[in-house]
Order: sequence, then structure tokens, then C-alpha cells
Amino acid sequence: MDFVYELLGKLPFSFLSSAFMKNALLAVLFSSILFGMIGTLAVDNKMAFFSDALGHSAMTGIALGVVLGVRNELICLIAFGVLMALLINKVREGGTASTDTVISVFSSTALALGLMLLSKYQGVGKYSAYLVGDILSVSRQEVVLLFAALLLVGGVWCAVYNKLMLIAVNRSLAASRGVKTALYENIFSVMVAVVVMLSIKWVGVLLINSLLILPAAAARNISRSVRQYHLFSVLFAVASGLGGLIASWYLAASSGAVIVMLAAGIFFVTYCMRKLFGR
Amino acid sequence: MGDMHECGLKCVALEQVGVKKGGQVLLDDVSLELRCGGITAVIGANGAGKTTMLRAILGDQRHTGRVLFSDHNGNEVEKIKIGYVPQKLDFDVSSPVSVTDLFAAVGARRPAFLGPGRARRDHIRTCLEQAGCEALAGRRLGELSGGELQRIMLALALDPIPDLLILDEPVSGVDAGGLEQFYKTVSELRRHYHMAIVLVSHDLELVARYADNVALIGGRLLAYGPPDYVYAGDAFKQVFGGLQPLPKGGAR
Repeated sequence: MDFVYELLGKLPFSFLSSAFMKNALLAVLFSSILFGMIGTLAVDNKMAFFSDALGHSAMTGIALGVVLGVRNELICLIAFGVLMALLINKVREGGTASTDTVISVFSSTALALGLMLLSKYQGVGKYSAYLVGDILSVSRQEVVLLFAALLLVGGVWCAVYNKLMLIAVNRSLAASRGVKTALYENIFSVMVAVVVMLSIKWVGVLLINSLLILPAAAARNISRSVRQYHLFSVLFAVASGLGGLIASWYLAASSGAVIVMLAAGIFFVTYCMRKLFGR
Repeated sequence: MGDMHECGLKCVALEQVGVKKGGQVLLDDVSLELRCGGITAVIGANGAGKTTMLRAILGDQRHTGRVLFSDHNGNEVEKIKIGYVPQKLDFDVSSPVSVTDLFAAVGARRPAFLGPGRARRDHIRTCLEQAGCEALAGRRLGELSGGELQRIMLALALDPIPDLLILDEPVSGVDAGGLEQFYKTVSELRRHYHMAIVLVSHDLELVARYADNVALIGGRLLAYGPPDYVYAGDAFKQVFGGLQPLPKGGAR
């Protein structure tokens, strides 16, 4: 790890002179690979709204941590995110209301509960940092954690991808091949929850969803196989992540916002390419 | 593989299968047996629970009652090989999943986004050649016509050769000539591989010619038996009132 930091210090970029920028750069790199990868199936499964709800539930995770006196915010975030994801799946399975309604109910309930608890016990100031996020607050430990997450989630991804892809194509087709559809849907939702919660501190609640959806949506415009889809999605995520971070340094603007603006730019370019050349 | 004939052995048995969703009864108390080497057609009005029943057999639908499988020796088994041709692929046509991707994701450990390995690639080519679709290998699923998609899904369902083949409304988006051809193909498969075949269909005339048994569904099992028998019954007249499906005109 020291070696990587040393190497980054040797690069001829003035913005890399400080430790927090090195941390930021690595954090962005690891997260954007994760987002690019997982985003492919999130888009295929029309889960944009789902991951948005997860982002909003971050507030409740933090609030519950405060109330229960748990020191480690990240543990609260991930635990609540996973719980929320599984609950949404469970209620959705029941089929009493349409998916977007179910998600909306959970999303607003979680947000309100979080606001209520925070305003009573601590004031909402703590939360507003999470709203916009701050990449420069990432610590070295968190970078290591992100790298571990990248390895772990990447490994699981390779193991479960085929089954998840089949479910996305047709749920009954997957079931006919012996895929336990509900189980794998839960595994995927948990993966999304973990990745979202790991990165929410620096991207912010308001923008996290775009990081998951935009690179994959852009890749979809120009891909003709799942191989290209993965390649372009990860490429776009990393390019907008690193590019946005560096640009935000020179623009002195919010890094999360610049990253998302870049990703959105890529989306519109690929969208036009599709309109002009593709079918 | 030489011709085999019907052994009459049951392959799948439904025992009092029922499905409730959101407080509504979609399917109630359905008991029937699907036999090896037999074609069972499932007919009924829209929303009668045909697809729900198929999904219960596939294990993709929570249900009451039991779905039992048995092997060719009549022994009860946990699961059998099922090939399934879905009604239609109800997903975004802009999805980048290609025909090769689909075959690569089924029955292989290697993640499809790495592309199929050499052995798998050869195998996929053979499967597609047998179905006469080798030209479609690189196409995205969203680009295929109804008939092409149906051929691809059938080729996929037959790899490996299943014990039970389930075809859900395989006729949508296919012209009349293609339809007859499809039924002939299905009959061939039955004769060759001795598999049990379940087919949801709207073409009552083709059902009469090709199916061994017909299950008329309307929230429950309304009638079951050979086509002539079911078509002559009261339940059939109630569901398909004004239609005259039989060439002989025997239904009214």
C-alpha cells in the first residue's frame, strides 16, 4: 500500500502532492470500478429507483447509529442498507403494490424516520455533510476497505453474474435452469447496498445514484454484447470518476458534482451516437 | 437416436396446486399428470392462469399443493431437466445481451462478460447450427424478430435435451406457416427424445391436430382429456362460446 502512495507521489501532478488527494484518487478509482460493474445489471433490472431509495436510507442508518450509540457509522450504514434492500424485496415479492410504489413508501419512511431521530437527538447538521459528500474526507483506512470491497464484490460478481443475467433476461427462464431467483435477487440487492453505503460518504446522497446508473446507461447505448457492456461501463465510470476528481481540483467545485456532470456528458454523447449510427 | 414410443409413464404430477397473489386466487386445486412422450396443450381465456400454472411447475411461483417429478424408471426425483420457451422476452429491447451471451450464461461457470471459452463457443455454434440460426450468434436479443427469437429460445431449451419441455404461447409474432412448422418440430422432438411437452396455445385447430391431451384452464382445471373430448364439453363451450375450432365443426 505504501508503495502505491509513493508511486502516486512520483507522478508529475501538483494535485497529488497531498495525502488526502492520494486517498481521494484511489477511493474514486476503486469505487468507480465497482459502480461501473454493478451498474450494468442495476440498469438491466430497472433498479435506478431502488438504489436511489438505498441512498436516502443512509440518513436513517446514521440516525439509528446515533440513537443506539454505535460508534462506527459505516457499520450502521451498511447494516441498515442491507436490511432496507431485503425488506423492499420481500414486500415487492408479495405483489400487493407495484414496485415503484413499494420503493417509494420505503424510501420516504426511511428518510422521515432518519430526519425525525436526527433532529431530536443531534441536529441535522451531521447529515448535511452526507447530502453532498466530501471526497477529501476519505481516510487511508477507508481506501484499504474499499480495495477489499472491490476484491470481494468482484469475486462474488464473477460467481453469480450468469445467474443474475439470466434473471434479468427472463425470470422464469432462469427458474427453469434451476436458479433460485429470489435468493439471487437478494444477493444482488445486498451487493448494491454495500457498494452504495461504502461510497456515500464521499459522493453524497444526492448524487450516488447517478454514479451507479449513468456509466452503465451510457455503455448500453453503444454495446452489442455483455462483454462490451462491462468494458464500456467500467471505462466510463473510471474516466468520469478520475477526470471529475482532477477537474474539481482545478475548478474548486464539489468533486461529486463534477464527476456526475462528466458521466452525464458521456451519456449524452453515446446517446447521440446511438441515434446517429445505431438502431 | 431411434424412434421411441409413449411409455405412459408420468413425468410430472401436479397435486392440488393453487396460487394466491395479493389476496386473489389465480389458480385453484389443479391436479393433473404430464406423461413422457406426450404433448399436453394448455388452453383457456386470457388471464385464466395458464402462465401461472407453468411458473408453478418451473418453481418460479409460490404455490400450495405439490409438484412432483419422476424419472424414466418411475422413481420420484427432486428435480428433472426442464427446457422452457418463454411467452416473450419481456425486457428492454435495448439490452446489450447477445444470442451468444445468452448461451454462454446458461450451463457454464465462466462469467458471460468474459465471453465463452473455446469449447463452449464450439458447442454454442453446434446448437445454433442444428436450429438453423448460426447467422444470429452475434445479434442482440432485442434485434431478433418474433420467429427468430422463438427458434433461439427453443434451441436454448434443447441444450441439454430436457425431460420436460415447456412452451408458453410460442406462437406470438409468428406467421401461420411458421406456426405449423413449429408444431411439426415439436412433434418430432417428442418422438425422438421421448420428452414430456407442455404447450400453451391459442390455436385451437393446431392443438386438436397435434396434442395428445388438452387441459382447459379457467382459474382451475375446467376440463382435461383428449382434444375431441374436451372440445365437445360444456366448459369448452362456455369459454370459447362463439368459436368453431374443429374442422368437423363438432364443438357446437
